Amino acid sequence: MQNYFTEILTDLLGNELLAEILTYVLSTVPILAFIVFFVLFAVWLERKVSAHMQDRLGPMRVGWHGVLQTIADFIKLIQKEDIIADANDKALFNIAPFLVFVSTLATFTLLPFTSIFVGSNADVGIFLVLALSGGVVAGILMAGWASNNKYSLYGSLRAAAQIVSYEIPTALVVLTMIMVYGTMNLGDVTEAQTSYFWNWGIFGGAGLGLGKFLLVPFMFVAFIILFISTLAESNRTPFDLPESESELVAGFNTEYSGIKFSLFFLAEFANMFLIGAILVIFFFGGYNSPFGYFGNLIGVDWLVPVEQLFWFISKGMFFVFVSMWLRWTLPRVRVDQLMTICWKYLIPYAFFNLLIVGLILLV
Amino acid sequence: MSIYDFIFYLFAAITVGSALLVVSSDNIVRSAFYLLATFFGVSGLYVLLGADFVAVTQIMVYIGGILILLLFGVMLTSNITNVEIKKGMKNLLPAIIGIGILLGAVISMMIDTRWKINVGEIPQTTSYEIGKLLITDYVLIFELLGILLLIALIGAASMARRERSK
Repeated sequence: MQNYFTEILTDLLGNELLAEILTYVLSTVPILAFIVFFVLFAVWLERKVSAHMQDRLGPMRVGWHGVLQTIADFIKLIQKEDIIADANDKALFNIAPFLVFVSTLATFTLLPFTSIFVGSNADVGIFLVLALSGGVVAGILMAGWASNNKYSLYGSLRAAAQIVSYEIPTALVVLTMIMVYGTMNLGDVTEAQTSYFWNWGIFGGAGLGLGKFLLVPFMFVAFIILFISTLAESNRTPFDLPESESELVAGFNTEYSGIKFSLFFLAEFANMFLIGAILVIFFFGGYNSPFGYFGNLIGVDWLVPVEQLFWFISKGMFFVFVSMWLRWTLPRVRVDQLMTICWKYLIPYAFFNLLIVGLILLV
Repeated sequence: MSIYDFIFYLFAAITVGSALLVVSSDNIVRSAFYLLATFFGVSGLYVLLGADFVAVTQIMVYIGGILILLLFGVMLTSNITNVEIKKGMKNLLPAIIGIGILLGAVISMMIDTRWKINVGEIPQTTSYEIGKLLITDYVLIFELLGILLLIALIGAASMARRERSK
């Protein structure tokens, strides 16, 4: 598909280099469009979920049950004045939101949405996803420091400490999963869980025999650890200390307004889907349908990728819903509790899990 | 000029440009942030060399680890932002000799290395081969590095503990 685009553009522009560069740029457009549409939907969903959990109705005025509310909000947001205070470090202040957003966008290019559409089928897959969260940390620190505001700086330092700490259990569980699947390529991980749902990671993977049944409880432990630690990495409640409104105004994005604030916002919500996507890829079969494909049944080939896209997004959305559910159910943890959960519970459990899964795989 | 040439020059420009900014900046926090671009540019060059695993490790270790640590250090150390950073020419002769030796080493390495220039020779992925080599040919070095890191970890923990008991 990519070569096809390059040829068309070469004919149009008469310059192969320019055409190729343009192709690479254009190939991120579907992912960017997905993020924007997802965020518009997810913000509305978040408000509706929170409202219904608190026995309210939430936005009801704009469109059916307020579905167009976020679009209206977004239009309002992008026409706001872009405020830069005198004491801000201008260059860093302007770069930070883009650094955070681009790092998040880059991780999305590695997700296998269907068997035919993967932005970049890199062999280092999940390793790169983990590595790119370093860009997010740097961006958040940059935002907090450039804002020249003590609340922003506190928020960004908290965020960085939190993300760096919770990266350890995440990496340990991911290591366990790499051992189980024998690859870091997210597309191959998904391929390994093809056909029915009992081949999914949470049910011990595609292998048969005793090993599969022994793996099930440890896969479940791995799933819980990965879920908690990725939730903490995305700075969501109950781990939203970096922007705890009652203490820090709004954390590292206090000084931001207009389009730059919305970039932070986009990155945060995109991260929610990213968590869901990673959990789905490792434990719930990625884009694989649980019962086989309707397209194969009636012999329509093009229907299969559409179904895969449907399954991937709906499984991902389920975890987005779970994280919203948690957000409106649980109170925020304290800083010391946050660090205790990570260092005293998650990391030792993740280590034991790694060891036991390794032993099972050897046998 | 193919697309790879273009990407190479882009990353080379990022690396060199930001490295120059790191040393010429007046503000130490800014220098640390410019270093981010330098690390990123270097990892891009690794990708172009066909070393995908090394490139990601570069991002993981340098941007995700060392740079963040550096920023924490710079931001949390009091008065460091007000420190007058000395710039300008000083000790010119030793500097020229040092850089000359380094340049010579790099150039000789560039000439001596047998670069893989045909498409068939360049491995598509490297992580599998690196993993296999680490537990076969280089297993002793690998284990020694593990012990070294463990010692560093224990040392760091004991130093942090001693501070608290005072």
